Parts: sequence; C-alpha cells; structure tokens
Amino acid sequence: MSSSFEWEKPLIELEERIKELKDFIVEQNIDFSAELGELERKADELRKSIYERLTPWQRVLMARHPKRPTTLDYIKMLFDDFIELKGDRTYRDDKAIVGGIGIFNGEPVTVVGHQKGRDTKENIARNFGLPHPEGYRKALRLMKQAEKFGRPIITLIDVVGAYPGIEAEQRGQGLVIAECIEQMSFLRVPILCVITGEGGSGGALAIGVGDRVLMLEHAWYSVISPEMCANILWKDSSRASESASLLKLTPTDLMKFKMIDDVVTEPLGGAHRDHEVTAAQLRASMKRHLAILKKIPIEQLVEQRLERYRQIGHFQEKIITETLSNINNFNDIDSELDCEVDEANE
Amino acid sequence: MLRVFRNRPKFATVKVNKEQPKKGLPDNLWKRCDQCASMIYNKELAKTLNVCSECGYHFRISAKERLGLMVDEGSFEPFVPLVSKNPLNFPGYEAKIEKAREETGLDDAIIIGTAKINGFSTVIGIIDFSFMGGSMGSVVGEQLTRGFEYAIEHQLPVVTFSGGGGGARMHEGIFSLMQMAKTSQARGKHHRAGLLYISVLTHPTMGGIYASFASLGDIIIAEPGALIGFAGPRIVEETTRQKLPTGFQTAEFALENGMLDLIVNRSEMKDYIGRLLTYHARDEVV
Repeated sequence: MSSSFEWEKPLIELEERIKELKDFIVEQNIDFSAELGELERKADELRKSIYERLTPWQRVLMARHPKRPTTLDYIKMLFDDFIELKGDRTYRDDKAIVGGIGIFNGEPVTVVGHQKGRDTKENIARNFGLPHPEGYRKALRLMKQAEKFGRPIITLIDVVGAYPGIEAEQRGQGLVIAECIEQMSFLRVPILCVITGEGGSGGALAIGVGDRVLMLEHAWYSVISPEMCANILWKDSSRASESASLLKLTPTDLMKFKMIDDVVTEPLGGAHRDHEVTAAQLRASMKRHLAILKKIPIEQLVEQRLERYRQIGHFQEKIITETLSNINNFNDIDSELDCEVDEANE
Repeated sequence: MLRVFRNRPKFATVKVNKEQPKKGLPDNLWKRCDQCASMIYNKELAKTLNVCSECGYHFRISAKERLGLMVDEGSFEPFVPLVSKNPLNFPGYEAKIEKAREETGLDDAIIIGTAKINGFSTVIGIIDFSFMGGSMGSVVGEQLTRGFEYAIEHQLPVVTFSGGGGGARMHEGIFSLMQMAKTSQARGKHHRAGLLYISVLTHPTMGGIYASFASLGDIIIAEPGALIGFAGPRIVEETTRQKLPTGFQTAEFALENGMLDLIVNRSEMKDYIGRLLTYHARDEVV
C-alpha cells in the first residue's frame, strides 16, 4: 500500500519540488528565497484546500493509513512509563488488544487498546488488530483491576469491526462483547475513551463505554464499516465511498449527535504526518477531560455515565404518527381515485 | 435406412407449458420444510406449533404467534407504542419502515409488554424477524430499556425472545450501535436489583442483539437449530476462506461450546419457562 493517497498527489509533487529547490539552494548557494516563499505559500493553500474538504470516505482511508500512530505508539508518546500486562487468565494472550499500567500526568492509569500491526508480519501476529474473545476478556480483566485500585481507565479504540472468524464465534465473541459493555458501564472509576482511528461496531463499543469519548479528526465511528454497509445495501462493497457518506460517521457528525465530547485536531494532512504533534494535541484534551472527571464524586459519575447512554435514541410515541398515517390514508384514497380515473379513460 | 432409426430417442419429449401453474400443491395449503424438504400440510403445521413433524425443524414464527404460545390467555398488556424517526436522514429509511409496518402490522421489530406466564407476572419482549430483519434501532432499544426499567420498578422477571435479531439497523448508524450499550445497561441495573432474566435465542439471533442484552440472561435458552452468533456465517466464510464446521453457529454448536444453558423445543418452552419462574418466585403465590 502506498503511503500517499490519489487526492494528495498534486501536493506531494509540489512538496518534492520545494525540497529539490531547497537542496539546490544549499548546493549552489544562490538566493531563491522569494521563489521558495511563493512555492511554500502555494503548498499551504493546496494543503488547506485538500484536507479541509475531505469526503467521509477519504477520512476513513486516512484512519487506515499504514503510518498512522497505533495504540502502542500513542502509549509511548502519552505516558511517562508503561508496564504491559498480558493474558486473559483463561485461554491465551490476544495480541490484537494491548493493555497495562501507564503513568499519565504523574498518575497511574490503566490503558487498553486495539493494536494493529505496522507490517504484514506484525499484522498476522496481531490479527490486523481484530480481537478474539480472549482479547476482550483481557481488557475486561485489566479494567476491573483498575476499578479495584481506583485508577482511571483510558481506552484507545482502533478496530474495523468484530472479527468474523470461526474460533472467535466458537468461543462466543458475542457474549464477551456484551459482558464488556455491561461491566464497563458500572465501573467505579473515571473512563476516558479515545477513538484514534477506526471505531467499527461492537468491536469498538466493547471498550468504548465511558464518561467522555474523544475522537481524532480523521477517525470514524459507526455501527458498521462502509464496505459492509455497501455490501448489504447494494451487494457491492466497492461503493463504500457512497455508504460512508450515508452513515454519518465523521467526528463532525458525531459531535452534532452528542455521541462524542471532543474532536482532537490532527496536523494538516493527518496524524501520520507528525505523530508527536498529534500525541501532544491528544494529551492536552485527555488532561482537560480527566481533570473534570476526577472532580466528580464516583456515585454521580457512574449515574451520569448511565444517563448519557439512556438518552440515546430517536423515536416518538405513536399517537403523533396516527395523524400522519391518516394523512397517508387520504393519499391512498387519492391514488385509488387516480386508478379509477385512469381505468375510465381507457 | 437403419441409420434413420438409430438416432431416434427411446423416449418421447413432451413440451411443458411454462405458463400453466403446477397443479395439486397450492401455496397456501402446504409448506416445504427448509431442512428435510418434506411437504407438510399447513393444518398439521399449526398443530405442531410450526415444527416439522419429520425432522423437528423449527420454522420461524411471528412475534404475535410466539406471544400466543407463551403467555396466559388475555394477560398481555402492551407498552405505549413507539415509532422510529430517521436520525441520519438515511435515504429511503422512512419508506422502508412504512412498508414493514404495513406488511407486519407492527410499529417496529418488537412486541413488548407485561403478561402472565403460568400465572407469573413478567415483562415479555419478542423480536420479529419480518420487520426489517428484526434489527435493533432506537425503538427496539428504547422499548427493551423501558421493559427492564418497568421490571425493576415492579420487581418482575424479564423474558425475551430475540429471534430475528438481524443485529444492527444500519440506517440508524451510531444510534443503532448505542442501543447495545443502552439495553445492556438497563439489564445491568435489573441484574443488580437481583432480578431474573431469561433470554431465549430463536432463529436467528445475530450481531448487535446477540452482543448485548440477549447475552446477559441469567439463563440463556435456545430453540433447536437456531442460528446464533455475532458475525454472519457468509461473512465468516468469505473472510476466513475456510470451510465452516458442520452446524457452525447453530444452537447445538453454541451448547456444545458452552455458550448456552439449554436447548428447548417449542412445544415445551412455556413449561420450562414456567418452571424456571416458579423456582425464582419471590412472594407471588402460584
């Protein structure tokens, strides 16, 4: 997979020209600063025009960029120390989920997150970041441990969806996802969830129930991946760019729906362009939200967490639509009349 | 001369008039079993509660039929009906709902209310596959949540039949996903109140329904042959490119792998649930 996208091509070309010019200046020692300034201004304009108008599908692709920071990258950058804790104490250690104790802002916290691989070999070992039931069980074990010792929990979410594998089904991934969701909801410690890349369905929600949900600018979150959605809608997963728009899966949409609490800005062009800057932005947002959460008495915090999810849903009592359906009935009568008129004409 | 006869077929060809409908088997009188392909007289099927008398295959039944089988006559009191909105402005969603409402006579993919089962007051919720695959959107999620809340308030057990859990309702996107959290939490409160929840998985219980409330029963029962799982079998096959094991994701497979308490035939379901309710009874007198 190339590390740049089709829509970035003009910008990449321009950036290369700038680099060449810079090299040339150094080599020849000639003053081209005016030309250089002009080119850089152009590059800035281009960057803005490209990245500020990304389609939802382009954002999904950004979220999957092979050089995008993974959970372990973030852990290295966000925490002063980190001790990885492994295994579900039942079956095996699932490398698609990593977890442990980290020091954030001078304090111990429990971290769990999906872990994708950097290359093919690592991706095979980590099953492309798609957990088996034991992965979720490990996450739950670590989160309960956090509750016991009163440590806040930070989850880093980056998964395309649950793993459609024989063994994952055999070992009951549905059951364990349900258990994670239910148990997390009642944990008596602050929980901060961050969608760093992909937030795909139950696999994401299994470690995604929290007091605050933060989301990176080029991350997506929905009930289904755009490909699967297109597959169901049109039996054609290549139309994912269309379904991505329909699913309203961008941080902007999700802020509007009040599903998330903060959007973490990425460097222009995406998190993969500058890991450190991305991590610094994320750290600032995490710090701010965690500080607020820690001030709330724990009873109240859990109550607020439950209330947050209790309120989600769009429906109405039927009485209102009774009149609507009456209107529809009138339409039906009209169309029946039309039919009769048509028949009479014939 | 002989050659002329040599190529002559030994049988006569009869032209079939394709326009003419097949005689003798009107659609509404007989049904073919999906499992053993035997033809069953519909009246016979009604007697066996839509179970094939040859092979025991459990045909899918509507939520209304299920309600009739499960609750004491005249005891069902439905909750306030809710109807869905279109939170994502998903094109064609309203029309789909309207069509499903016309076809099924339901408001959404669930029938829910209070009822008596063998004299015991319960909250009962039944998902109907024929309404958009029995998927969980805002209405199903809210109704189940209200069900658990009502049960907490009145100290009642909850029984659900999650048959037809097509899983997520993608037209509601993130709102559909969050119903998994909402229903799981409602059950979590009900559980913490020390109350009984019997979850019955009927064909098919998949996706977001399986990975939320339906998996959180104190007792999890399935009907024979029901498809139970998170990812659909077709997707598993396509992704892994492996031949699926025989009976993959059936109730029997789930039982074998330790994911279920028991499998119960449709004809015995009310009896089993009735007994379980008896053994968990608090103050109520039978």
